[in-house]
Amino acid sequence: MYYMAEKRLLLGDEAVALGALHAGLSGVYAYPGTPSTEITEYIQQSPFARERGVRSRWCTNEKTAMEAALGMSYAGKRALVCMKHVGMNVCADAFVNAAVTGVKGGLVVLAADDPSMHSSQNEQDSRFYGKFAMVPILEPSDQQEAYDMMAQAFALSEQLRLPVLMRLVTRLAHSRAAVQTGEPVAQNALEPDNERTHWVLLPGNARRQYASLVAKQPEIAALAEGAAFNRLQIPKVSDLGVIAAGIAYNYVRESAPAGLPILKVSQYPLPVKQVRELAAHCGRILVVEDGQPFVEEQVRGLLGPEYPVRGRLSGELPRTGELTPDCVAAALGVEGGPAFADAHNLAPRPPQLCQGCGHRDVYTALNQVAAEYPNARIFGDIGCYTLGALPPFRAIDSCVDMGASITMAKGAADAGVYPAIAVIGDSTFTHSGMTGLLDAVNDGSDITVIISDNLTTAMTGGQDSAGTHKFEAICLALGVEREHLHVVVPLPKNMEEITRILREEINYHGVSVIIPQRECMQTLGRKLRQKKQETK
Amino acid sequence: MKLDIKLSGVGGQGILSIATVIGEAATAAGLHLKQAEVHGMSQRGGDVQSDMRLSTDGICSDLIPLGQADLIISMEPMEALRYLPYLAPKGAVITSSKPLVNIPNYPDEAALLAELDALPHVVRADIETLAREHAMPKSANMILLGMAAPALSQLLSEEQLRDAIARVFARKGMDIVNANLEAFKLGLETASNR
Repeated sequence: MYYMAEKRLLLGDEAVALGALHAGLSGVYAYPGTPSTEITEYIQQSPFARERGVRSRWCTNEKTAMEAALGMSYAGKRALVCMKHVGMNVCADAFVNAAVTGVKGGLVVLAADDPSMHSSQNEQDSRFYGKFAMVPILEPSDQQEAYDMMAQAFALSEQLRLPVLMRLVTRLAHSRAAVQTGEPVAQNALEPDNERTHWVLLPGNARRQYASLVAKQPEIAALAEGAAFNRLQIPKVSDLGVIAAGIAYNYVRESAPAGLPILKVSQYPLPVKQVRELAAHCGRILVVEDGQPFVEEQVRGLLGPEYPVRGRLSGELPRTGELTPDCVAAALGVEGGPAFADAHNLAPRPPQLCQGCGHRDVYTALNQVAAEYPNARIFGDIGCYTLGALPPFRAIDSCVDMGASITMAKGAADAGVYPAIAVIGDSTFTHSGMTGLLDAVNDGSDITVIISDNLTTAMTGGQDSAGTHKFEAICLALGVEREHLHVVVPLPKNMEEITRILREEINYHGVSVIIPQRECMQTLGRKLRQKKQETK
Repeated sequence: MKLDIKLSGVGGQGILSIATVIGEAATAAGLHLKQAEVHGMSQRGGDVQSDMRLSTDGICSDLIPLGQADLIISMEPMEALRYLPYLAPKGAVITSSKPLVNIPNYPDEAALLAELDALPHVVRADIETLAREHAMPKSANMILLGMAAPALSQLLSEEQLRDAIARVFARKGMDIVNANLEAFKLGLETASNR
C-alpha cells in the first residue's frame, strides 16, 4: 500500500521528509530546532522508514549530524541533514569542507530559516552558506515542490558529487497543503568511496579538490539556468518585472495584476540569463525574497547602477521580518489593508514557563540567592528556560547562542565578575556546553554552573536529550570536583536545600555544577496519557 | 468560492484540533486547502493562531491578507480581537466569551465584550462553562466548531464536519468520538438559539 501514488495533506517539513524517503533515503541526521524539527520526527514515525531501516535517531548537535551524514554519503548511500538556520553556524566547518571533499551518495542539507524570529535569536539567511560553499541551492515555493525537489536534490548531488543545500522558511515548513506523492525508488547499495585523494584534505589534495570545486561552477550555473523549478513568464509588455524567490512566489501571485512578468527562482546559482532577459523586457525590477537581500544584491551587481532594482534594500519591502501577502501587495502597488482597526482591549500575551515546571523552581531559588550578591550576573542559554528573562522572574542577563552561558560566565569571571552564574538546559549542555565546561575546569574559573535538567529537549516538543542520566558522569569526567557537583530536585519543598547549596557553591571560588533534575511537565503528561490509553 | 479563517486562542486550548477537523473535512470534500500553524516557543501559554484557507480554486499565499478573513474562530475573546485587522468587512467572529487570564494586565472584561459585541457579526458563548455543565470538559473546542458550522456551510456541510470528527478522533476510541460529536451538536444548538 505504500507504493500507491496518492494525495496527502502535509506540512512543508513533512513533504520534505516523505520526498526524501521516496528518494531512497538511508539516514536522516539532525538536532531539533524550530522550524525544522518535524522533518526528522516524520521519518522517526514513518512505518515506511522503519521497513527500510532508515536511520533517524537525534544527534547531539548539527556538526555531529553533518559529519555522520557525510560518512553515510562516503559509504555510497543517500543522507539528509536537517537543522534550523542557526544550526548552519554550528556545522559550517563540516558543511563547507564537504563541498571540498565532494560526496558519493547524495547528500542534502536542509536549513529551515526563521524570518521574523518566531522562535529564534536572529534571521540569518542560509542561502549565503550555499553560495559561500559554492554548492547548488534549492528553495521550494510550496509543499508540492518541497516533495518533488527532494528526488531532484539527491540526483543533483550525485551528478555533481556535491552536497546540495535546500532552504525552507517557517511559513512553508509549518504550513499544510495537499501533496501528490510518487513512486519510491530503491536505496543505494553500500559502496564506500575509494578516492582517498578526494577525502584526505591535506594541503596538496585540498588544492586540487578546491580547484575542481571551482571548475564545477559553470556546470552548476548551467543546471540552474535550465532548471524546471526556475521559470520566466513574460505574458505581456510591462514596465515592472518581478523576481520572486521561493515562497515569495505565492505572495506575488496572491495579488499580482494579470500579465505581470515574473521570474520564479527556486534553484541557485541565480539564473543570470533569465534575469537579463527579464530586465531587457522591463523598465524596472522588484525582487521579492524572504530573509536577507541575497538575490537583490546579486541582481544589482548584474544589471549595474543605472538599472532600477527595488526590494528590501531600496525600502519597497521591509528590510527586516518575514514577507507577508500585505507587504508584497503594497510593493506591487496593489491596494488593500484592514477593514477594522486594531482592537482597544488588547494586551500582549507572551509565552511563559508551564505551571509546575522545574525551571520555575530553579529561578525562584536563583533570584532569592542572587539578591544577596549585588554584582551577581546570570548568563542564560537557549531553551524553554530562556523564558526566565520575562516576568515574573526576569532572572537572566544574557542569551546568545547554544552553550554561551558557560563560556560567557567564564570570560566574565576572568574579567572579575563575581558571582558569575550560568544556566543551561540538559540538551543545550550536551549540544555545546561540555567543551566550555572543560575550558572552565582547566582554567580553574570561578563560576557556578546550573544544568537545569528536565530529561528532554523541551522547547521543540520533547525530543530525546543526548545526555539523559549521564550528566553527573560527564561533569566528573570533565574534571568537576565531586564535592562541588550536586544533584537536586527542583520543587518548592526543597527550596531551603537548593538555596543553601547555591550559596555554598557561589562562595567556593572554582568551578561548581548544580544539576536540578525533574522531568518536563509536558513529556510527563504525555507519558501518563499514553499509559492511560494503553491500559484501556 | 473561498473561506479564509483565522483560528486563534492560547497555547494548549486546542485550536489545532479544530484546524485538523476542518482540514480533514475539506480534503474529503475535494477542496483546496492551505493551513499555516505556529509551533515552538509561542505554544507555551502564549497567543497562538493558525491561518486556514479553503477554496474551490487554487490557493496562492499560505497567509491570509489583512482585511480578507471571512471568519475569526477563537477559543478566547481577547485573542479574537487580536486579529480584527484581518477580518473582512462582512466577516464574522465566532468566539468563546470566557477570558483566560494568565497575564497581569488583562483588559477589563466588560469593555472587551462590549467591543466584541459592537462588531457586525458575532457569535459568542461561554463554551468552557457549557462544556463543564454538559460533562464534556475536554471538548470545548468542538462546541466552538459547532457554533462555527453555519458560517462554514457554504463550503462544508454539518454532515461533512461530523464525519470528519468521527475520522479524526477514531483512534482515541468511540467514547471520545461520541463526546466530540455531542459537543459539536451542542455548539450548533447554541449558535441557532441566538
